[in-house]
Amino acid sequence: MTNANSLNGVSPETGLDYEDLPRLMTLMTGDEKHSFSATSTLDVLWVLYSRVLKIDPGNPENPARDRFLLSKGHGPMAYYAVLAARGFIPVDTLPTFAQYDSILGKHPDGQLVPGVEIGSGSLGHGLPIATGVANGLRARGSGSKVFCLVGDAESGEGSGFEAIAMAGRLKLSNLTAIVIDNKSDSNGWPGGISSRFAVEGWSTADVDGRDQGAIYEALVTPHSDRPHVVVTSVEPDA
Amino acid sequence: MPTMRERFIAVTSDLLDSDPNVALILADIGVAQFRETGVVDRHPGRVVNMGIREQLLIGFAAGMAKESFRPIVHSYAPFLIERPWEQIKLDFAHQGVSGILVSIGATYDEADWGRTHQAPEDVPLIATLPDWRIHIPGHPDEVEAQLRAAASDDSNVYIRLSTDTNENAYLTGGPGFSTIKTGSGDAPTVIVVGPMLDVVTRATADLNVTVLYANTIRPFDSETLHSVLQSPEVILVEPYLEGTSTAEVSLALQATPHRILSLGTSRRENRHYGTGAEHFAAHGLDEAGIRSSVTEFLAQRVVV
Repeated sequence: MTNANSLNGVSPETGLDYEDLPRLMTLMTGDEKHSFSATSTLDVLWVLYSRVLKIDPGNPENPARDRFLLSKGHGPMAYYAVLAARGFIPVDTLPTFAQYDSILGKHPDGQLVPGVEIGSGSLGHGLPIATGVANGLRARGSGSKVFCLVGDAESGEGSGFEAIAMAGRLKLSNLTAIVIDNKSDSNGWPGGISSRFAVEGWSTADVDGRDQGAIYEALVTPHSDRPHVVVTSVEPDA
Repeated sequence: MPTMRERFIAVTSDLLDSDPNVALILADIGVAQFRETGVVDRHPGRVVNMGIREQLLIGFAAGMAKESFRPIVHSYAPFLIERPWEQIKLDFAHQGVSGILVSIGATYDEADWGRTHQAPEDVPLIATLPDWRIHIPGHPDEVEAQLRAAASDDSNVYIRLSTDTNENAYLTGGPGFSTIKTGSGDAPTVIVVGPMLDVVTRATADLNVTVLYANTIRPFDSETLHSVLQSPEVILVEPYLEGTSTAEVSLALQATPHRILSLGTSRRENRHYGTGAEHFAAHGLDEAGIRSSVTEFLAQRVVV
């Protein structure tokens, strides 16, 4: 199990780094509608997979791994690019994107892609599952952490709010949610997205979604008695 | 005799005490009863009450299953199956995990609470999904056998508890129909599901029919149906939406000329309160109604 925190931005599995990701993403064509959605997650995903997550590309099912659940399944090109850079999937898989026999669809499938914890695409499923995973890990006495990435528009789903409330009640300190705020919610969030989490007892951080240093600091902020949310703001429509 | 639900609570509590991988996820419904057995206090990490959050109920259970727990999920049928339908579809089998859903409030068990608590559509909904085992027990002993079997494997299982019960149990924890009565000559075949057995037995007591009892309706036991078939007539009696298993009968008999009478609740909304018995009668599912439908159907028999 590699400690991602020691990577210093370069993948030991492939030698690829952040600067390679845009090129990898161009290998996947056919879902230009979600290009903005894909790029909105790029910096967060790279920080997670290069510095935060305890992962093992050679053994994606390692029980001691941290769990990352991509709930915002739309526009997964950045996700696939990062997984390829970290060696979970071969780079030459990327051009097969969305083809009939490809493992890489326009929404990810956890049963097809090594290292992908869940299939997503229908919004509002990831955080409820992540809450159960976090509770299960705690019940097992595991030290693994759970990270779940959701979108700001996705946050309108009632199922997500059910999970926010329950994770707060259960004080799931091994759970971190990351909200990508690209202002895509049709009706906005008066008072801010993080306030929805705070009122349910979460610790919160609001950061610039393009500032990788700030993202990292927010993700590793201790939250020993409660779940934690990091709201990352990126440019509108990104 | 304890009710199906009382047996479910006792057996689930025993499973929680004996198997550290079993988890119980609730949405307020049943919490008081499980507090009485002590499992809420004994296993706080594995017995979790979501409150009134039924979408989370399913997603959370699936998350527990991803960490190798065997979740038992319990609520009223409309809130366990219908409300979080997409979660059931996507969060269990699609994610490569499984669980056990156990409902109360079958069809018109809670008729006096109105349409919101009447649930004849749950079984047809679950039946659209591949590889779910669907149990419709007709007796508390059957509940125990089905629940213990479900806890020991990794299938997706739906167990539908009812306040209606039959006099006798037919103990099988898994698939397969039981032959209750064998007719002679060219006797038609009656397939009766779960708590409908006793009323159907009375309604057809003096008719020359073969009666198969199904407390597991998926997978559908085509083999037993074939083995007892003596005539083209098949009568299907289900305690939920009519026609739910008609396609299964047709598939089983696709190479055999046959006629099907499918009895169940109709699709019309019966906007009444009252008792379950009154609602079943309104849908022609009381003893007189069943007998009338069966005799009329058999009067139209054709020679193939």
